[in-house]
Amino acid sequence: MALLQIAEPGQSTNPHEHKLAVGIDLGTTNSLVASVRSGLPEVLADEQGNKSLPSAVQYLEDSILVGHEAKNNAASDPENTLVSVKRFLGRGLEDINRLYGDLPYNFVEKEHTVNIQTRQGEKNPIQVSAEILNKLHTQAIATLGDALQGAVITVPAYFDDAQRHGTKDAAEIAGIKVLRLINEPTAAAIAYGLDSGKEGVIAVYDLGGGTFDISVLRLNKGVFEVLSTGGDSALGGDDFDRAIVKLLLKNANVTAKLSAKSLRKMYDLGRELKESLTINEAVEFNVSLVEGNIVGQITRAEFESEIEALVKTTLRSCRRAVKDAGVELEEILEVVMVGGSTRVPLVREKVEGFFNRTPLTSINPDEVVAIGAAIQADLLVGNKPDSDMLLLDVTPLSLGLETMGGLVEKVIPRNTTIPVARAQEFTTYKDGQTMMAIHVLQGEREMVDDCRSLARFVLKGIPPLTAGIAVIRVTFNIDADGLLSVTAMEKSTGIESSIQVKPSYGLEQSEIADMIKASMSNAKEDMAARMLAEQKVDAIRMIEAIEMAINESGHLLQANELEAINNAIEALRLSTAQTDGDVIKTSIKALDDISQPFAARRMEDSIKQALTGHSVDDV
Amino acid sequence: MRYFDLFDLPVQFDVDLLTLQDRFRSIQKQVHPDKFANGSDQQKLLAVQQASEVNDAYETLKSPLNRAEYMVAEHGHDVKHEQETIKDGAFLMQQMELREELEDLESSNDPEQALDVFYSDIKKLIKLYTDEFNVNFDKQEYKLAAMSVKKLRFIYKLKSEAEALEDKLLDY
Repeated sequence: MALLQIAEPGQSTNPHEHKLAVGIDLGTTNSLVASVRSGLPEVLADEQGNKSLPSAVQYLEDSILVGHEAKNNAASDPENTLVSVKRFLGRGLEDINRLYGDLPYNFVEKEHTVNIQTRQGEKNPIQVSAEILNKLHTQAIATLGDALQGAVITVPAYFDDAQRHGTKDAAEIAGIKVLRLINEPTAAAIAYGLDSGKEGVIAVYDLGGGTFDISVLRLNKGVFEVLSTGGDSALGGDDFDRAIVKLLLKNANVTAKLSAKSLRKMYDLGRELKESLTINEAVEFNVSLVEGNIVGQITRAEFESEIEALVKTTLRSCRRAVKDAGVELEEILEVVMVGGSTRVPLVREKVEGFFNRTPLTSINPDEVVAIGAAIQADLLVGNKPDSDMLLLDVTPLSLGLETMGGLVEKVIPRNTTIPVARAQEFTTYKDGQTMMAIHVLQGEREMVDDCRSLARFVLKGIPPLTAGIAVIRVTFNIDADGLLSVTAMEKSTGIESSIQVKPSYGLEQSEIADMIKASMSNAKEDMAARMLAEQKVDAIRMIEAIEMAINESGHLLQANELEAINNAIEALRLSTAQTDGDVIKTSIKALDDISQPFAARRMEDSIKQALTGHSVDDV
Repeated sequence: MRYFDLFDLPVQFDVDLLTLQDRFRSIQKQVHPDKFANGSDQQKLLAVQQASEVNDAYETLKSPLNRAEYMVAEHGHDVKHEQETIKDGAFLMQQMELREELEDLESSNDPEQALDVFYSDIKKLIKLYTDEFNVNFDKQEYKLAAMSVKKLRFIYKLKSEAEALEDKLLDY
């Protein structure tokens, strides 16, 4: 029997149409994808029922394996099987050697980054991450049954700009529309906080495979405010494994450098022993390497004494984050535990001791981030129009410019709420100077050499004037994803010259396009098809958004304006029936331009409305 | 956009921080880019600009020093960038003494106790110059008010240096 659909006037025929969106936890060791289905967030399993995908990619002669298979081959084919590649995102070879020491890969040094030599040629960590994202994306589409509107991808709160850019680039290569990058601890707090309706200050302790994050958040009337974040982008459970390996090798008197295969094997053993020691007081082991056999026993006490210093480091970051948040330890109502490494008994014990309360562990610490990201994605695509939730995030590291004497002048201090735009004015120091070098840095230290260099560029075309007369205004913009862009402008004579920089660690747009092409078998047609599909989705999304806006606040439009917008909508609708992506693109632009004043008016109006609501409350 | 107008607050130094916070959040709920995650690029850009400005306005009014700086800047006194120095000899002397006190802190027998004393001195001075600023501002003596703000800048700078020292002493 067919049912007639009856819609309220002014509403679409299907007001509860559910838009598909996912949350992706792109982890160091494992990655997960989750979605809100029938109102409940859940991690999506693959065909074999696995909920988590090992972040491992193996390059075979003519194919690529991602996940469990790749992980299982890591010991037998270490050079071509890349695991924990997230650690290399946006990092140079020097950093990697210093932080991680012996690794079984053949690194190829690039200007600010590394490539890894595989049997399929050089691979960039961003490309490798894209393979993982691609697999999750495909899996999600298969499970949910239709194309996705977009994804929220999580990053460690401590990720710097280069690492965030890398993550977003990877998503683009994988063909995923990123709704928002959010910090992992924030996602975890969303998973817990909203469901249980907590109000107050909470701390999120996130010890994953390769990173440690601590965040202090305030939850108040649906607003999630990140007060501070801290941590260490090179400390995690993998370090526990390494500590075990180091101990085992020391006890066995092995001083020679192990082969790549043996190292891989030892790290796997280290992980196994760590997991086993979570339940057992002591574990025996027996491993055979090319170099010989290592047999013995390790106790939990031995393990704990090896990792105690690492755990202490995390508590120091906690203290700093609490202080940065401007709250007292006693004010913290809850501590959320995230990441598989928080299963280690010593970690739980020390965290409980530090915060003086039992940490929350009811949601699986491996899944909690993906679940929170899924909830946020569901909200961002508009599945919960009545939701009162707002996420206000902060920038984790200070941003500044190099000034005379190798010093860094901070322009945006860490823990500033984003998005943010800040400008700083400089002047020339030589008569007739027409160029100025601008060096953008990230970090907390005062000297340039101690901070992370993000970008260098030269502002040209400064009018030749007496020293100190030209005024160069450098503006930093950080968007809601925490991504930076910098513009510089000379303004004393009214001559504007500005430049948009992307940090030197990221990929150029052309490189991204090349990688997208390379990842497709039938490059040219695939590319065109993908562009067309994306344009169509954008067009439909835009029409929906503007029609809803007209519905809500059409009173802000004059009759002729409304007519013009409606015409543009109609033109766009017609263009989506065609197969020419450029026509759709032009129509989108036309509608966007003509509705721009309306959008601005709506925003002003909504600010007024927001305050009027308050005045009534205040009375 | 004037920051006080944005939050519908009277232009005065004493701000009810809870009201400010409340209004900040209400406005952000309307303009934050998350509301436009599905919007067009231009719409997103507009949201980012608006949200940035609202964040900036909030940060400015939230902090007492930034607020005071902003209030005199609205009357043409750019305290942050002006080169004019403080000529008040007594104030400069006091600054030097405080600076010495801070330098000696590290080597004192009980640095924590010494820090507490230092903080309480700082607190008194902040109150003193804030009151001075308020009186001058109310009398529309903006130049004098700007001078009070300059003094406050010195005091707050000392405060943040003391905090950095405290971090160091407590081994963060």
